Amino acid sequence: MVRHLKRSYIYLIFAFLYMPIAVLMVYSFNDARSRGMWGGFTLRWYVELFQDRTIMHSLYATLIIGASSAVLATIIGTMAAIGIHNSKGPAKKVIMNVTYLPVLNPEIVTAISLMLLFVFTRVRFGYLTLLLSHISFNVPYVILSVLPKLRQLNKHLYEAALDLGCTPLQALWKVIIPEIMPGIVTGLLLAFTLSIDDFVISFFTTGSGVSTLSITVYSMARRGINPKINALSTIMFTFVLALLIVVNVRQAREERKERNGKRAPKKDSPYDPKFGSA
Amino acid sequence: MRRFTLTPYLVWMVLFTVVPMLLVLYYAFSVPTAGGTTWSLENFSRFFEPIYLRVFLRSLSLAVISTAICLLLGYPAAMIMAGSAFKRKNVVMLLFVVPMWMNFLLRTYAWLTILERSGFINSVLAFLNLPRLNILYTDKAVILGMVYNFLPFMVLPIYSVLSKIDKGVVEAAGDLGANPLQVFIKVILPLSMPGVVSGITMVFMPAMTTFVISRLLGGGQFTLIGNLIEQQFLVVGDWGFGSAISVVMIVVILLSMAVMSFFEGPERDVALW
Repeated sequence: MVRHLKRSYIYLIFAFLYMPIAVLMVYSFNDARSRGMWGGFTLRWYVELFQDRTIMHSLYATLIIGASSAVLATIIGTMAAIGIHNSKGPAKKVIMNVTYLPVLNPEIVTAISLMLLFVFTRVRFGYLTLLLSHISFNVPYVILSVLPKLRQLNKHLYEAALDLGCTPLQALWKVIIPEIMPGIVTGLLLAFTLSIDDFVISFFTTGSGVSTLSITVYSMARRGINPKINALSTIMFTFVLALLIVVNVRQAREERKERNGKRAPKKDSPYDPKFGSA
Repeated sequence: MRRFTLTPYLVWMVLFTVVPMLLVLYYAFSVPTAGGTTWSLENFSRFFEPIYLRVFLRSLSLAVISTAICLLLGYPAAMIMAGSAFKRKNVVMLLFVVPMWMNFLLRTYAWLTILERSGFINSVLAFLNLPRLNILYTDKAVILGMVYNFLPFMVLPIYSVLSKIDKGVVEAAGDLGANPLQVFIKVILPLSMPGVVSGITMVFMPAMTTFVISRLLGGGQFTLIGNLIEQQFLVVGDWGFGSAISVVMIVVILLSMAVMSFFEGPERDVALW
């Protein structure tokens, strides 16, 4: 009895979480002007979505900015994490605190501070400012994903590589980087997702003519309901769901392998529900 | 090697984190004059004018209300999910976070479809011959939007703390004669405080500073402190005042975090995990 009550509560919460998405998806196939009515099944909004040049342009912009900012943030962040890991004392503390600052700051404050920077340095607002802002809010997350891997690393591995004749750069490239690879991949995925999902910072740092998907949705939604957005949501949700299922099935399979003692444990995935909490 | 890896980041950090924050402070504490700028507290004194104070108090109260609702809904949910009601906990947790992976704007926009005058809820109500519900573009819609978007931020930290509590401790309390309510109040609740604290911080902060939810669900006239900042920067062009409001907001958030960590305080040192 109690167990049923508990389960029903969770089902209610799930209904609350999924109802808006479900309604959006159903309405995306609705062929009616008045939204309360069901006017029959249609794919009209999907056709219109793919013909809408503004939406398509912003989709490309989102993907380009997402991919390039994720890659660059991962490079900068990984190097930074290695550097931070190897430094000591008060300097390390100061660097870590400043690194945490964009994570702790409200998004809107980060956004306006970057906007002021670009105004002050007279950089033209557009792709460049968008890219730089996305890199800068992503770098801390990469650092925070890579640092734990570095702490798990055997200290003597690097020295051993040097003793065996590696130059420092070779030791870094052939020993350290492969060892911390899971953290780097986590950071990359996290950076990509955060960049795609971002609205506030993009909104303040973009220029005329350049807009990401979030910005386009915002300006369309401000004018009220638009069935094309429903179609877009349906596609995005299906895509995310498929991606999550693939990642989780793969992870479950790997965990089963680990239990059979074939591979080293792998944790800290952003697709893990527990990631980033606590 | 350290110099090679750390230096580029230090340059980056100073350029894109330190300098921007200093610029915010500079704009907040200065006003333009004929020959340039002078240091001044004028921007801050403007903030204490009644119109702006009202916006601030409104943001504060909406944020507090939605944080409280998230806690009331989220704590039991986290407790049930951490308990033994479900066999496949991982699947349940995954289902719980899936909606979070959808774009934040699309999730908020979804509520427009539902709450609209001729939207989903009103169609259902009309079908049942019940009166219409018109909460779109009011405080209630904004609170609903906040709870919907931020509920996972409350549940996840509480869940992760609760699932780490040693079952033996709970059983021991029962063996020593505590009834379920006492076990909850004297054992589980104190042990879960760190999760509650980080949940509250993670919900309160975005709820206090959002301008998207209030703009979409609260309508054009609806102003929260986030909207005020947005207006100063993108419409009015008064960067000094906008920066001053941001500084006030950071102070409020730091204060609330300090208060929260005070509550968390002693338990943390004797934590059992």
